[in-house]
Amino acid sequence: MLGRTAASLFWMSRYVERAENIARLLEVGYRMSLTERSEEGTSEYLASMMLAAEVDEDFAKKHEVTDVASVAHFMLFDTDNPNSVKSCLEKARTNAKAVRTAITSDMWESLNSTWLHFSQIQPRQVLGNKLPGFLQWVKQSSHEFRGALLGSILRDDGFAFAQTGGFIERADNTARILDVKYYVLLPRTSMVGGDVDIQQWTMILRAASAHRAYRHVYHDRYKAWNIADFLIFRKEMPRSLAFCVTSVTAMLGMLEQVYGEPSSCHDDAIRMAQHLTTGSMDKVFSEGLHEYLTGFIASNNALTTSISESYNFY
Amino acid sequence: MSDKKYFDEMLNADGSVRDPYRILGEWLESQPRQTLKQLSRDAETIFRRLGITFAVYGSTEATERLIPFDVIPRVISAAEWRRLEKGIEQRVKALNMFLYDLYHNQEIVRAGRIPEKLIVQNEAFCPQMMGLNPPRGIYSHIIGVDIVRVGPDDFYVLEDNLRTPSGVSYMLEDREAMMHLVPDLFHKLKVAPVETYPENLRRTLESVAPESCTGSPNLVVLTPGIYNSAYFEHSFLADQMGATLCEGHDLFVEGGKVFMRTTLGPERVDVIYRRIDDDYLDPLTFRPDSMLGVPGLFDAYRAGNVTLINAPGTGIADDKAVYTYVPQIIEFYLGEKPILKNVPTYNCSNEDERAYVLEHLEELVVKEVHGSGGYGMLVGPASTKKMRAEFAEKIKARPDNYIVQPTLALSTCPTFTGKGIAARHVDLRPFVLVGDKIRITPGGLTRVALKEGSLVVNSSQGGGTKDTWVLED
Repeated sequence: MLGRTAASLFWMSRYVERAENIARLLEVGYRMSLTERSEEGTSEYLASMMLAAEVDEDFAKKHEVTDVASVAHFMLFDTDNPNSVKSCLEKARTNAKAVRTAITSDMWESLNSTWLHFSQIQPRQVLGNKLPGFLQWVKQSSHEFRGALLGSILRDDGFAFAQTGGFIERADNTARILDVKYYVLLPRTSMVGGDVDIQQWTMILRAASAHRAYRHVYHDRYKAWNIADFLIFRKEMPRSLAFCVTSVTAMLGMLEQVYGEPSSCHDDAIRMAQHLTTGSMDKVFSEGLHEYLTGFIASNNALTTSISESYNFY
Repeated sequence: MSDKKYFDEMLNADGSVRDPYRILGEWLESQPRQTLKQLSRDAETIFRRLGITFAVYGSTEATERLIPFDVIPRVISAAEWRRLEKGIEQRVKALNMFLYDLYHNQEIVRAGRIPEKLIVQNEAFCPQMMGLNPPRGIYSHIIGVDIVRVGPDDFYVLEDNLRTPSGVSYMLEDREAMMHLVPDLFHKLKVAPVETYPENLRRTLESVAPESCTGSPNLVVLTPGIYNSAYFEHSFLADQMGATLCEGHDLFVEGGKVFMRTTLGPERVDVIYRRIDDDYLDPLTFRPDSMLGVPGLFDAYRAGNVTLINAPGTGIADDKAVYTYVPQIIEFYLGEKPILKNVPTYNCSNEDERAYVLEHLEELVVKEVHGSGGYGMLVGPASTKKMRAEFAEKIKARPDNYIVQPTLALSTCPTFTGKGIAARHVDLRPFVLVGDKIRITPGGLTRVALKEGSLVVNSSQGGGTKDTWVLED
């Protein structure tokens, strides 16, 4: 397989996953903002959400007021924002188009019809009351693509590259979703562990579609400690950092098998996975959650570089 | 529906249905009007979802469009097809022999059957090919011959398209769509399959791998990239025959051999079906500013380490000026009379012929020698006085830049339009593969001029496509 093909498969999956998670982030920000009583319609929550997604500076260049309508437009439709859902879907499709021969027609049709549908939508049709439904549609389109991938692609190197990209992106995005909490300020009257605090944590769980799964695992009230544990360390949680890194490791192991040659990126992934297996919430909170997540995002990026070098991405 | 001036492939002048169309005609009769409308809509959905689009140059608002598809197939009888097949085979055989000769001893020039200056001063002639021996002596392996019909037994070849003809994916996808849309019709009619094309393409490419290549040759399709108008076709063909789809920067030459950059390092490449023009193939041999090609590729080709499909320099044999000599070319190499006719062509460099042309522009078709896609063309009967005046000036300024032909009375086929079924003009591009043997896929791409009365079938000028059904005995 061409190194370029491998890279395109990797990035195709990453961008689909990113589009989904931008929708998830926006969903959290939007829901949180509904509880705000601020002047002039500006939203602290939405501002935090954009900080976590690292698009706050780009946003500030174009908008003065951080209200729902401008943030939603910026995160969904603005192609000046390289991480808007539209930008992501476009890049996913461009990558898919470049590797039409390496993906199945089911995958292509899923991505292509999502793109066609998305590009026909006028922003004013979905901003406002229709926003939650539209974000749901974005998520579902990503599920559909993943379903097409799992149900139709050959289990060879192409599969492994596509899956690796998806899991790396998801790990990055879960870390960022969790980090939103760092940027959200609690009102002075509220305490850590108070209602508002817990409500914010719950939103984070919702963004990961994990608020019900949480109950199954912890049989407990929503607690900050558990929620962070769930999204970082629990391997049964498919959006947790541990799950994603373990899956990346498995895919890189599969590549070693398919090619019959060891790779240094696999070793790097194993190290990351071990770090998560031996880690604990005690350590995370003593280090500081934000510092921990920032460190994770950096090693996750380094892993991408390592994979690109091992398999001649260009 | 039938127009006396033109031959209609379904209806005789008295309104009776021609034999090859009997079953289709009955079927059309029996369909409620709504059915065809629904089928057209279904077809559009299928094509759009599959992403069968083409890029339109010079169109800013939409970079991807669908080529309109007509749901009424065109039918060709087994006997009609046999004759076409023979004529095409004769032509491609002679043209490949002509290419071999031009790039070796040029016997045909020495024999005075074709003017020397037409060859050596022609931009399409590629001096770098002199003396080179491509595997099996074949230059043009993949050919799409443009044919028009003007009567029951009257077929003319418009162009030979020996460089890198496109459109074969439409032939295959049109058939695929029709099998989804009207399976019952395939049940009633014995239609020859076109689905064998990708397999035959693979066999053809394998059969001309370099002699030094032992084992299964590594095939690639070389594309200019995703923004090329025919990118869909490039990826489609690579996929269908199991070849790697490459862009120029995916390949490199080392030690006179071609390699592609894989996840595991360099891998040797044996046969390149290239869909980029000669000029862009290799910046070291041809255009130095080419970003699409592979530096050193031509040297690897000369050394016999890789096969290029089609060979560089085949354009000389489908040049519009050389076209007029094809009947002589067939006679010279094969000693046979041409089975398919050439369209008579006026030479504007000749004073008498030019005078005739300028007086009769209203009846003639003027084409730029190097133009394609229906651009830079004048169709006399459909032109305005102003357009004719403009072309008259152009011809006077550069007579050798234009060829002029009589307007052919292209046959018509029943076509579904907004106002129901109506006759529209069509042409035909059958696809030919030349390798260990000559393989012609029964069928081809039928292009149809959707505008009432229009004779221009190009997709860039409002043309559509139809599935082409060659019946089996």
